[in-house]
Amino acid sequence: MSQYLLSTYTVEDGVPGAPSSPEEMQAFMGRVIALEAEMDESGTFVFGGALHGVDAASVVRPSDADVVVTDGPFAESKEHIAGFYIINAADLDEAMTWAGKVAEATQHPIEIRPFFATGRVADQVHNMPGA
Amino acid sequence: MYGQAVATLARVFGDITLAEDAVQDAFVVASDRWPRDGIPPNPAGWIITTARRRAIDDLRRSARGRELHEQLGAVAGGAHPTDDEYWEVDGPVSDDQLRLIFTCCHPALRIEHQVALTLRLLGGLTVDEVARSFLVSESTMAKRLVRAKYKIKAAKIPYRVPADADLPERLRSVLSVVYLIYNTGFDDPQRASLRDDAIRLARSLVQLMPNEPEVAGLLALMLLIESRLPARMEAGELVLLSDQDRTKWDQELIDEGHAVVRACIRRAQPGPFQLQAAIQAVHCAAGSIAATDWPQIIILYNHLYALMPTPVVALNRAIAVAEVEGPQAGLASIDTIAADLDDYHLMHATRAAMLRRLGQRDAARAAYERSARLAATEADRRFLAQQIEALVQDGAPT
Repeated sequence: MSQYLLSTYTVEDGVPGAPSSPEEMQAFMGRVIALEAEMDESGTFVFGGALHGVDAASVVRPSDADVVVTDGPFAESKEHIAGFYIINAADLDEAMTWAGKVAEATQHPIEIRPFFATGRVADQVHNMPGA
Repeated sequence: MYGQAVATLARVFGDITLAEDAVQDAFVVASDRWPRDGIPPNPAGWIITTARRRAIDDLRRSARGRELHEQLGAVAGGAHPTDDEYWEVDGPVSDDQLRLIFTCCHPALRIEHQVALTLRLLGGLTVDEVARSFLVSESTMAKRLVRAKYKIKAAKIPYRVPADADLPERLRSVLSVVYLIYNTGFDDPQRASLRDDAIRLARSLVQLMPNEPEVAGLLALMLLIESRLPARMEAGELVLLSDQDRTKWDQELIDEGHAVVRACIRRAQPGPFQLQAAIQAVHCAAGSIAATDWPQIIILYNHLYALMPTPVVALNRAIAVAEVEGPQAGLASIDTIAADLDDYHLMHATRAAMLRRLGQRDAARAAYERSARLAATEADRRFLAQQIEALVQDGAPT
């Protein structure tokens, strides 16, 4: 079993095609809640979340004297991650099936990224060859 | 044999790069031993066995190997990799190749990567040969292949024939890759060997998937297009279908293509490739352009358009309409899609030919000129220049 990040993005503080009326919002929530229940039943759901806008972001960098904090996100980009799921899936085909469901429920494009490693690094080190 | 061996090792070890390295090593050993000891009774089996030993040695030595080794059970789908029957060459190997084709043509890979992987891993071309076919340097192609293989491994693109529900769509993607390889070889004489590669790939796909009529349809389509190529150029100049010396067509390829099309018709499960093959079959059966069964071609294009409603299909249908009902009717059909194909040189060339038949020389000339500006190959541009020249002579006082 592998883990995949399914993410969606905002464009300049708006999610394209986001629900605009209360009725649309209610329908949107209904679809997403039903999908999350389906993910739970199949043991797919690991974690999920929606993020505040990049205006709320800060970056902390190492420097010689002390760490330095600056306002704003990492990259000056028009697109930023708006929300994500972390899911369990056997392979990319299964992850694609779930990403398709998320895309349909949210009406947003979804990026699929495989995790290289998950969990605590300490746990990884124990499993590493030569440890 | 390269493709067979890589496919089997990729299944067992779950890693294409490891599989390729081991198979290449095995070929190096073979090039040393076979001339001395003679070719073994089962060369493919010998390569696979030797490559497998190499891969296991490699795994034992490397750190990454131990990690892979632990995963082996899962990768091999529960079967134990030391099982001797696991290494049989006859049955399972063809299944391995089939799995690998679907991996190479997975829709999550970009199309250039699908094509490169297919030629390298299934077509057995060297990296340098693939690079030359796509007019890039060997190192660029090597990087492209490394990136594609990295994604297969990191994202876990499965080695699996897709489930029935996904099969038609995924098979279409495989067939499109093979047809794209053929067409890349069609448009550029320097890359002509790609046509043979595509036909060879289609032949092995027909063996691997005998129950998929679209696979046979693709093979027939390419055979029938290929059969007419000897008459397509004369002294370096393009010759239209209507002016071709049909005795130059390759009758052996036509017979084979016709037999495959007839077998498809008996199955009665038409699809886009089978219909395109059937249209080519009608052309190849005709002794001349006038003797062509154009009404049958229109019927086939109607079926094709129902499955594949693209402007290019509509354009080709319009050509058949012009043959049956005259150029005016053909032009009327083209008008409906002209805006969609405004950048397509063949649309303007087709319109120009119809306008010329109607005696509208100025409009024909404008359309030929537009076509010449859009044409990508030198041969096309020369052909269009000749048409413009001929138009001028049409109008010259006799």
